[in-house]
Amino acid sequence: MSVDTATVAKIASLARIKVSESELEAMVPELNGILAWVEQLGEVDTANVEPMTAVIPNTLRLRDDVVDADPLTGGGRRDAVLANAPVAEHGFFGVPKVIE
Amino acid sequence: MTELTELGVAAIRDGVKAGDFTAVEVADAFNANVAAAQEALNAFIIATPEKATEAAKATDARRAAGEDLGKMGGVPIGMKDLFATFDVQTTAASHILEGFKPQYESTVSQNLWNAGAGMLGKLNLDQFAMGSSNETSYFGNVISPWRKAGSNAPLAPGGSSGGSSAALAARLCPAATGTDTGGSIRQPAAFTGTTGIKPTYGRCSRWGVVAFASSLDQAGPMARSTQDCAIMLEAMAGFDPKDATSLELPVPNWEALLSADLSGKTVGIPREYRMDGMDAEIVALWDQGVAWLKDAGAKVIDISLPHTKYALPTYYIIAPAEASSNLARYDGVRYGLRDLPDGANLQDMYAATRAAGFGAEVKRRILIGTYVLSAGFYDAYYTQAQKVRTLISQDFAKAFEECDVILAPTTPTAAFALGENVDDPLSMYLNDVFSVPASLAGLPAMSVPAGLSKDGLPLGLQIIGKAFDEQGVLNAGLAIEQRAQFTAKPEKWW
Repeated sequence: MSVDTATVAKIASLARIKVSESELEAMVPELNGILAWVEQLGEVDTANVEPMTAVIPNTLRLRDDVVDADPLTGGGRRDAVLANAPVAEHGFFGVPKVIE
Repeated sequence: MTELTELGVAAIRDGVKAGDFTAVEVADAFNANVAAAQEALNAFIIATPEKATEAAKATDARRAAGEDLGKMGGVPIGMKDLFATFDVQTTAASHILEGFKPQYESTVSQNLWNAGAGMLGKLNLDQFAMGSSNETSYFGNVISPWRKAGSNAPLAPGGSSGGSSAALAARLCPAATGTDTGGSIRQPAAFTGTTGIKPTYGRCSRWGVVAFASSLDQAGPMARSTQDCAIMLEAMAGFDPKDATSLELPVPNWEALLSADLSGKTVGIPREYRMDGMDAEIVALWDQGVAWLKDAGAKVIDISLPHTKYALPTYYIIAPAEASSNLARYDGVRYGLRDLPDGANLQDMYAATRAAGFGAEVKRRILIGTYVLSAGFYDAYYTQAQKVRTLISQDFAKAFEECDVILAPTTPTAAFALGENVDDPLSMYLNDVFSVPASLAGLPAMSVPAGLSKDGLPLGLQIIGKAFDEQGVLNAGLAIEQRAQFTAKPEKWW
């Protein structure tokens, strides 16, 4: 499978990365080179193989149902959460208007 | 007096404890080296001499009070700028995180501070750890302190932990943190004559480490000896409930149990790693490694890892897929860069921010990842890659029925020149051909310096172990280290 300019533009849009026409032109052969190379995986017989889900067998733990069990990741830290926001207003993240 | 910056972790820890020198003297000496090398090597994104001094003063005060100094008491280290450090800029070497000052501390770095270590600064790396030469950093290339004999051409320190490896080789720090997704600890260690181990997936918490490919990312120590790596790994590792894939296991006493006697151990040599057209120097080094391990008492056998050739393409589906998902968080809303063109709406702001903030290699991988996960292609690419990953993991499991550790080269060549592979992503990816398989299987693996190329550049040997058997890996590493007697260091030009 290979990609054309329109497909790369679609992927870039899905990935929310703005690309110029000239960047698109440059990316098409690069991505096709990589995709052609990974396609060799198709020759491996995987008919009876399960896809890997965990590299080291592990069980998912349940934490105790306690509020703020770990104060570092619990609630009540609004200022810390907003400290690095490009725009923070009135205790919220500021974004361009989304509803007219 | 001993030149303090030549000392490693164990020597500093023991010297400070014995009162041969103070922790502050050690921190001062390394702070001075960091400052003096910054312009030439660019190993650090920011230096934090005040943090190193503060930790050293605390260690000296604890010693005066007769208290325990900790596993890393008095040892100043470099911190790869992928670990979130409280109120200290953390960038992942990307413009999109420039100025980001985390309001929390990563578990691994906190563990190190709790063990008495101090921070010399945040080390440069490939942007979001995506690269094998440290040429994708927004903050400029790291220059290896090594040079080919008779040449001044700048060489790559390896990547992604290129700041870590360059700083170690140049004696800017006695130890540094690294992270390894497909070889990012082992390959730079091999390129710079330093030692690094990626532990079993889950040994070190990923909490607070900027995510690249979560099923592969694993932190580990880089230093100038096996013992120093063992000490530092003990300090870094441990169960962390904040990381869902953290291993709920006690941390072994790796340092105390180090032994270079490999009697009764079997070393496997994977025949598929002996590739057509392989560099004769690398083949000779590998054969030398076999002889050393036999000398240490090990039995050496041939093994087969039949799916080896599929490891790299598998990696270059899975890692970009996970990256495209992980890096969705950089949206210009919560932290880091925002690019809001005039009249832009929210969607435009996302796209403009990510276009301005991510480097070319990061964009390339996000696009590949987005494509292989997109509707209609998911099964052909991503599911197939995860199936092949199962086969690669089974190859190792089968091999480890017959052997205890695997010996292989770390890299296909010695360090290459900066710029040599930068225009050809595929040839750059091939650098990780020997390191990626162990990453896909989550296995512990280390690189030990084993000799010099004909051009006078370091070459490394890699040891891959069974899951949870860091001890077996470290012991084989020690056996090589004792026989290789690698004492070469770059001639100072910076």
